Amino acid sequence: MGLSRRDFLKAAAGGGLALASNLSPAPVLAREPVPRLPDALGILYDATLCIGCKACMAACKKANNLPPELCTPDSLWDDPVDLSAKTVNIIKLYKNGTGLAKDQEINGYSFIRQFCMHCVDPSCVSACPVSALTKDQQTGLVRYDKDNCIGCRYCQVACPYNIPKFQWDQAFPQIVKCQLCDHLIAQGGYSACCEFCPTGASIFGNVQHLREEAHRRLSFKPGEFAEYPLHRVESRHTTRRQATPYLNHVFGEREGGGTQVLMLANVPFNKLGFPLLPPESQASRSETLYHTLYKGMILPYVLLGGLFYLIYKNTTGHDLP
Amino acid sequence: MTELDISAGNKKISKSALAGMQARSVHAWQPVGGHLITKPFLVLAALALTGVILMLYRYAAGLGAVTNLSDGYPWGIWITYDVLVGTALGCGGYAVAILVYAFNRWEYHPVVRSAVLTSVFGYSLAGLAIFLDIGRYWNGYKLFLPWTVNFNSVLVEVALCIAAYVVVLWIELLPTLMERYPENARAVATRQRLERWLPVIAAVGILLPTMHQSSLGTLMIIAGYKLSPLWQTQLLPLFFLLSAVTMGFAVTAFESILSSLAFKRPYETPMLGRLSVCMAWVTAVYLVIRFADLLIRQAPVFTSGFQSVMLIVENLLYLVPVLLLVSPGLRRDLRFLFLAAVSMLLAGSLYRFDAFLIGYSPGPGWHYFPATAEILITLGIVALELMAYLYFVKRFPVLPAAHS
Repeated sequence: MGLSRRDFLKAAAGGGLALASNLSPAPVLAREPVPRLPDALGILYDATLCIGCKACMAACKKANNLPPELCTPDSLWDDPVDLSAKTVNIIKLYKNGTGLAKDQEINGYSFIRQFCMHCVDPSCVSACPVSALTKDQQTGLVRYDKDNCIGCRYCQVACPYNIPKFQWDQAFPQIVKCQLCDHLIAQGGYSACCEFCPTGASIFGNVQHLREEAHRRLSFKPGEFAEYPLHRVESRHTTRRQATPYLNHVFGEREGGGTQVLMLANVPFNKLGFPLLPPESQASRSETLYHTLYKGMILPYVLLGGLFYLIYKNTTGHDLP
Repeated sequence: MTELDISAGNKKISKSALAGMQARSVHAWQPVGGHLITKPFLVLAALALTGVILMLYRYAAGLGAVTNLSDGYPWGIWITYDVLVGTALGCGGYAVAILVYAFNRWEYHPVVRSAVLTSVFGYSLAGLAIFLDIGRYWNGYKLFLPWTVNFNSVLVEVALCIAAYVVVLWIELLPTLMERYPENARAVATRQRLERWLPVIAAVGILLPTMHQSSLGTLMIIAGYKLSPLWQTQLLPLFFLLSAVTMGFAVTAFESILSSLAFKRPYETPMLGRLSVCMAWVTAVYLVIRFADLLIRQAPVFTSGFQSVMLIVENLLYLVPVLLLVSPGLRRDLRFLFLAAVSMLLAGSLYRFDAFLIGYSPGPGWHYFPATAEILITLGIVALELMAYLYFVKRFPVLPAAHS
C-alpha cells in the first residue's frame, strides 16, 4: 500500500511550514525592544562610594519583615553569604591579590550590591505562566503576587541575575525578591536601602535622572572635588568628596534590554559577579521565537487541517465529502 | 444540505471507516492473561510504595526536605527525567500515529495500541510529577483561567498542551478498554462512536505533541547564557521535536521486543526493521541539522570540558542507530534492532538532560546532583508506570494477537 507521492506532499505541507519557520535564519517578526517608561523608578549604586557598612541590608530586612540569616556557629548575627528567600539585598566583596587598594581590579578590592535589577524587559515576567510576576505600567517595578504563583520556578531559570528565590524549607512556599519597597513608595516614601545609605552609594529616583547622574559622575576628573547627592537623586542634601576613577560603563543601561537599577564601579562587572549580557533581552529572544511559531495560531490550525484531511482519507478510503 | 442528509452521510462514513480499517488491518489484539501478582510486580509495588511515602513527606516538609534543588538549580530530575524524558518515552503513540494515520502505513497498526498505552502512562505520570514539583500546587488551576494565564510564557503552551494531550490519550485508549466488554451494549456503542470520530481524535493526537514537544525546547531559550552554547540555539524547538519522534519510534521497538521476550510471544522482526529505518532517517536528518547549527554558530564543541564530553557521547549515541540500520542485513537481526533502539533512547534522554541540566550553569558556586529521596520518588513513579502497563496488557487487548 505504501505512501503515494501526492499524500506525502500534502502531509509535508503542514509539517514543512512548521519546520520552515523554525529554520528561517531571521525570525519573521522580531518583537520590538521594550522602551524605558518615562516615570520608571530605580536605584543608582556606586561601588566607589560604598564603604561596605551593610546599613542597606539591615534596613532592607526591617522594611520588608525578613528574618535574619544566622550563618556562623554561634548564631549571633544576621550574616547572609548570598541572596536567599530571607535576604533580598546583599553587599559582597571583590578582592584580588593583596586586596589593599579600594576600587582596583589588581591587588585591590571593591564592594558590590546584588538585588533585583528591575529589568526594562524582565525575563521573569515573560516566563511566569500565571502572571504572578508583573511589571508596573507606571513605575516599571517588578512585583510578585503569591496569590497567583504556582511555584513552578521558571522565573528562577529565566532570570539572568538569579534574583527570584524560593522558600525550599516551607511546605507552603513562596518566591521572594526585592520589590524596591513599593509598599513604602505607595505611602510617599522610597526604598529603605537608599534611605539608610550614609554615603550616597545607593540613591533612589527616576531612572532618567539616575542615568544623567551616572554620566555626570563618569565625567568627573579623578582627584577633583565633587558633590554627590544622598538618599535620592534630586536631594539637595549632598556629600562632598574627591572623585575616584570609574570604569566608563553604566551597568544596566543596555545589558539584557536595560535595567532600572544602574551601577557604577571601577572593577569590571563580570569580576563583580555580573553576567555579560547582549543588548537584546532574553525575554525578547524567547517571545520572538515563540510568537513566530504561534502567530495567530495559524501554523497549528494549518497542521491540524492537513492532518485531519489525510487521516480522514486514510481511514475511510474516501476524499472529503 | 439538510440535517438528515448530514446524519445519513455520517453513518455512511462510519460504516466505510470500519470497512476500510478492517480491510487494511486484518489483525487483532488480545490480552496476554496470566497472574498479575508476580515477583517482579511485588518488587515494583515496594518501589512504588517507597515513592508514595516520600511524596507524602515532600508535601509535609517542603521541596528542600527531599530534593537537592536550589535557587541555582530550580529544576532537577523530576522535570528532566519525569517530564522531559518521560513524555518523550510517551511519544510512541505519537510517532506510530504519524506513520499509520498520516502516512497511511497500516502495517504498523498492530503496535498502535501498546504504543498508545505506554504514552498514556508516560504522560499521565509526567503530569503527576509536575504536581509534585510545583511548590504552590493548590494554585495550579490558575493555569486554566484566561485572566491569569500569561500567553507570553512558553510554559503555558507546554502545560496546557500536555494537559489536553493526557485527555486525548485516554480517549485514544478507550476503545481498547471497551473491547474487553463485548456483551455490554453501551461499551460497544461508545466504541463505535469513538471510531467515527477517529480522524479528529487522531489529528488532535498528532498536533498536540508536535506543539508541546517543540515548546519543551523553546522553554530554555529564555535561560540565555545559563545554557551552554552547545545546546542554546534558536533551533531548540526543532531538535526537541525530532528527538521526540525518534524516541517515539525507539520506545515502540524497544517495548515490542521486550514484551515478546517477557510474555514469550513471537517477535515482529520485519515490521520493527522497517520502523527502525524510519527512525534512522529522522535521526540522520536531525544529526545533519544539529552539526550544521553547531558549525554555523561556531559553538565550543571541544573546549567546554565535561559538557564537551557529554555532547560527544550524546551524538555518538545518536549515530549508532544510523550506522547500524544502513545495512539491510543488520536490520533483519533482532539484536541489532534492539541495540539501535536502546542507543536511540539513551541519545534522546541524554540530549534532554544536557539541554536542561548538564548544559545548564547558573554561575559559579552552584551544583546539583539529585538527592536519594528525589531519585527514589522518580523510581517510584517509574514503578507505578510499569505496574499499570503490566496490568493493562494482561487484562486488556493491547498487544497484537499471537500469529499462529
